[in-house]
Amino acid sequence: MIVARTGNEAMAEAMRQINPDVVAAYPITPATEIVQLFAKFVNDGLVDTEFVPVESEHSACSACCGASASGARVMTSTASQGLALMHEILFIAAGLRLPITICLVNRSLSSPINIHCDHSDTMASRDAGWLQIYTENAQEAYDTTIQLVKMAEQALLPGIVSTDAFIISHGMERVELIDDKEVPKFLGERKVNYSLLDVDNPITLGPLDLQDYFFEHKRSEIDAMDNVLPIIEKVQKEFGDKFGRYYPIVDEYKLDDAEVAILVMGSTGGTAKVAVERMREKGKKVGLIRARVYRPFPKDAMTKALSKVKVIGVMDRSDTMSTLGGHLYNDARSILYKSDNQPLMKNYIYGLGGRDISIEEIEAIYEQLFDIQKSGEVDKDVVYFGVRGE
Amino acid sequence: MALLEIRWHGRGGQGAKTAALLIGDAAVETGKYIQAFPEYGPERMGAPVFAFNRIADEPILQHCGIKTPQIVVVLDPTLMETVDVTEGLPEDGIVLVNSQKSAEEIKKQLGLTSQKVYVIDASKISEEILNRDLPNTPMLGALIKASKLLEFEPMLASVQNRLKKKFPNRPEVVQGNIKAIKRAYEEVGV
Repeated sequence: MIVARTGNEAMAEAMRQINPDVVAAYPITPATEIVQLFAKFVNDGLVDTEFVPVESEHSACSACCGASASGARVMTSTASQGLALMHEILFIAAGLRLPITICLVNRSLSSPINIHCDHSDTMASRDAGWLQIYTENAQEAYDTTIQLVKMAEQALLPGIVSTDAFIISHGMERVELIDDKEVPKFLGERKVNYSLLDVDNPITLGPLDLQDYFFEHKRSEIDAMDNVLPIIEKVQKEFGDKFGRYYPIVDEYKLDDAEVAILVMGSTGGTAKVAVERMREKGKKVGLIRARVYRPFPKDAMTKALSKVKVIGVMDRSDTMSTLGGHLYNDARSILYKSDNQPLMKNYIYGLGGRDISIEEIEAIYEQLFDIQKSGEVDKDVVYFGVRGE
Repeated sequence: MALLEIRWHGRGGQGAKTAALLIGDAAVETGKYIQAFPEYGPERMGAPVFAFNRIADEPILQHCGIKTPQIVVVLDPTLMETVDVTEGLPEDGIVLVNSQKSAEEIKKQLGLTSQKVYVIDASKISEEILNRDLPNTPMLGALIKASKLLEFEPMLASVQNRLKKKFPNRPEVVQGNIKAIKRAYEEVGV
């Protein structure tokens, strides 16, 4: 069915079709609508979900952990400060291998207070052991929400699927919905090896784990991350075979014959694709790499993509506050350390707090990348693009 | 249809965002690709607000703001005194204003030469039919007439469906809005 939906509405529709056993959530701008719409689905009897309206995001994530440990299929939704308040529990969910799915809207972190898009919230949680998938539009957000539940449950890892605040969350687009009956069929039942509520086979969860075994348990969690990419690929392919929309781990656009390329994530990926088209109309060979799966970082696929061009401009909608530039830039640079083919690389931090980025601005970045190609030198590794006084 | 961009000017509470969503919804039902989004600022009741549409036959990839819309719709004529409503409008652009004045007067007021100007007294239509000054829905009728971007009847059916969902227990609101859209479609003047 083809409909017009905002990113938030699309994610809420996906949650309705997934029909999770438990949703525990606390509303926060700009993800409020996801929770609000889902609460209405519960009220209207459209889902069988046990909806827990908790008093904070810390409690939301905690309730999700308890429910997931019992074997339930569990989802929640949050943004920005909400994810920050969950931070402590994010590590517990990952360490206990609880496949919770968060529908997240990427919003800047205070201070200064701001409700608009950047990626600082999820980037601050990138080391928590959760899968992270950043989407470009409402359709991808909808599709990925459904996919991620399956990926998480197969890998026994929690996951975050995100959209850009307001740009996608509150922007209405054409979205193709899957038939209600097909989503549960695609997902199947969650297979549970151990359940907290299985009184005949009692287990202990979350006990003290000291020098004797903590390290082994952490190592196995890292193993799960190491092994999840084939699962992600498999689920993406199953989804494509069934519903006709295929997604890659790393989204390459007009990259094969490109001389310079931009690496970016989220909704700017779409804007950059239009910039690529315009540059190519002028005969300039440019390409685009969009990081869709960010955690785990897809080292092989990303190295392959980056190695195709001579100059890369990495666009980060967040800063590490380490004086070393943005998150994506640091990851991309790091994987090329041992590569035979090392493109020149420049980092553009842009769009913090929702500042708009236009097609023309991205074209200007491409022009700068050609200048770097010509001179063979990166004048300045990290620049702040579109900020006053730069 | 090549990519068409629309900018809606209104005041907080006038329904600029709703109008953009309604036209987006209708365009999707006739097979188009669309975007409909408001500009979220520190808006309050009465403060100037913007909403936007993109409509095309092909998928729309860009997610940046709209700076050079081909069509501008002004829900409140007093905005023309404080906001540059024709900013970025091309030579062959269209301006549609909710006003009692003539198109010629508006054209003069905005200092336009080549652009097409349409006027409709949407507030009056709304007050007469709905007993409230809510110009957004009548402006939809006028927009379709002025721009021909969608066929009128399918648009009307789509708006009716969406309003029915929004006001399930108030059929008089749905019927009133539909009547207002039809009247504006007929009355819009160049």
